[in-house]
Amino acid sequence: MKISREEVLRVAELAHLELSEAEIAKYREQLDSILEYTAKLNAVDTSNVEPMTQVMADAAGAVSDPNPTFREDVVVPCDISREVLERAPDGAPPYFRVPKVIER
Amino acid sequence: MKGEVVAESTNKFERWTIGGIREALLAKRVSAQELAEDYLGRIARENPKLNAFLALSPERALKQAARVDAMVASGAELPALAGVPVAIKDVISTHGVTTTCGSRILENYVPPYDASAVARMESAGAMMLGKTNCDEFAMGSSNENSAYGPVHNPVALDRVPGGSSGGSAAAVAAGLAVAALGTDTGGSIRQPGGFCGIPALMPTYGRVSRYGLIALASSLDRIGPFTTTVRDAAEVMNVIAGRDANDATSARAAVPDYTAALGESVEGLRIGIPREYFGPGMDPAVRHNIEAGIGALEKLGCKTVELHMPHTEYAIAVYYILLTAEASSNLARFDGVRYGPRDTGDGTLMGMYRATRGHLFGDEVKRRIILGTYVLSAGYYDAYYRKAQQVRALITRDFEDAFKKVDLIVTPTSPAPAFKLGEKTNDPLAMYLADIYTVTGDLSGVTGISVPCGLTPEGLPVGLQIFGPHFAEARVLQLAHAFEQTTHVN
Repeated sequence: MKISREEVLRVAELAHLELSEAEIAKYREQLDSILEYTAKLNAVDTSNVEPMTQVMADAAGAVSDPNPTFREDVVVPCDISREVLERAPDGAPPYFRVPKVIER
Repeated sequence: MKGEVVAESTNKFERWTIGGIREALLAKRVSAQELAEDYLGRIARENPKLNAFLALSPERALKQAARVDAMVASGAELPALAGVPVAIKDVISTHGVTTTCGSRILENYVPPYDASAVARMESAGAMMLGKTNCDEFAMGSSNENSAYGPVHNPVALDRVPGGSSGGSAAAVAAGLAVAALGTDTGGSIRQPGGFCGIPALMPTYGRVSRYGLIALASSLDRIGPFTTTVRDAAEVMNVIAGRDANDATSARAAVPDYTAALGESVEGLRIGIPREYFGPGMDPAVRHNIEAGIGALEKLGCKTVELHMPHTEYAIAVYYILLTAEASSNLARFDGVRYGPRDTGDGTLMGMYRATRGHLFGDEVKRRIILGTYVLSAGYYDAYYRKAQQVRALITRDFEDAFKKVDLIVTPTSPAPAFKLGEKTNDPLAMYLADIYTVTGDLSGVTGISVPCGLTPEGLPVGLQIFGPHFAEARVLQLAHAFEQTTHVN
């Protein structure tokens, strides 16, 4: 397998995912086979191709919008904090409470 | 063996269309309240077999019904979707109505606002019955990845309805809603539409606001309708399409009346048939029906043109790199701090994040977060993510080149009809390949519809897919409507 156990652990750490031993083994194997499948992209010559980062079709159907327009930066009322905090796992208006992080 | 056929048992109820409801309301043959109550009753009877709905909103539907009935009584002009019972996929936010995304990590999440598409439908008089089941965070092709159990295909209960919008497709196909909203990121509207035998439209990227759609992959996600007729899909599009200040990627292009071209002749339309979509691996019954469907289009006067779209075979590989990369980033927000349940883990902040995400995300979601995090991580970005974006540009160029030669492209929606529940759950890659004919449309931003194209000898629906250029929904719907009127492939 191309993907090592350490790589799975490193990615799980980056993604903040706690995984069981069985999951580590399973995802390692599946990640390996999916990446092996995606290796077919290496057969495509992309030396002169700009990466497509976004689909922004304009009215004429062009894929890139040459004249993006920005909205006015205006403050509008958005008074939903009470509703949001009421349903939060540990709401302490006007804050979300989380475990202490000082030691981290 | 075919499962029990729910569609037959609901056929004794009237199958309403949007136009039919409008006429009946105006003629006072039915009230919006009677319609809402009838549909809520249907759901109570049929949903235990289908598992299509995760939450119901009867109060909201009945309140809207009262509003519509008051409009009828006062002789006011009725809005476009007055009294139409609708269902909304559970990845789309609904103020005050639980929105779980099919995930345990949002099992108690109640959004503080409505998605724009929902607000527009309700402003147009639609009655929201409830939220429909789906694969967790819309990740799946069979609806088997829902934390709340799979949806059963109403045509054959032992089969999947397709995914990820399986609940929306099943609800409309079984007559439990007249229209439903789904989302399409890799085929999640068109494939379940095909599997359940109803029209299902993926609009152009940016045509319908994504505001309030809980994001899977922001450069791919679209909201679109499931209906029982193509005309109804056009009617829903008339309401939900258009610029929304709350979604910077929503397009400013003018919204036409999508019903205007329905019924116009399609004679002389050039229809591209890309040979890459007819390769080995296609179910023979699907091939037979699609070829018969293309024959029907030729009889209508369409000119078929053989096409070559050389980068099609790379679409699934590109898709699973870009989709997982975007998803791993979008799903970072689910960590037990702001919504959903919290798993405190070892009591530290990091432990809480890890336990909440590790324990409350399902298998497929974790698999995709891992893959997406991997392809974006230091040292791999160029080899995977950048390479996939480059090939995405080539797939898009295939469509641009094709639409210089033809007006529309016709393909099968899926290589095979609805498969059995459990058949592909142990092989992620085999499941991914079920999207082989649909993902290209998502990657390139074009619009596409799946329309029913007869049944296999086993009685399973086949979907015919029509792709159109950006913002050519009206043309796609025109051909789909003409096809719907003529066909009946078998």
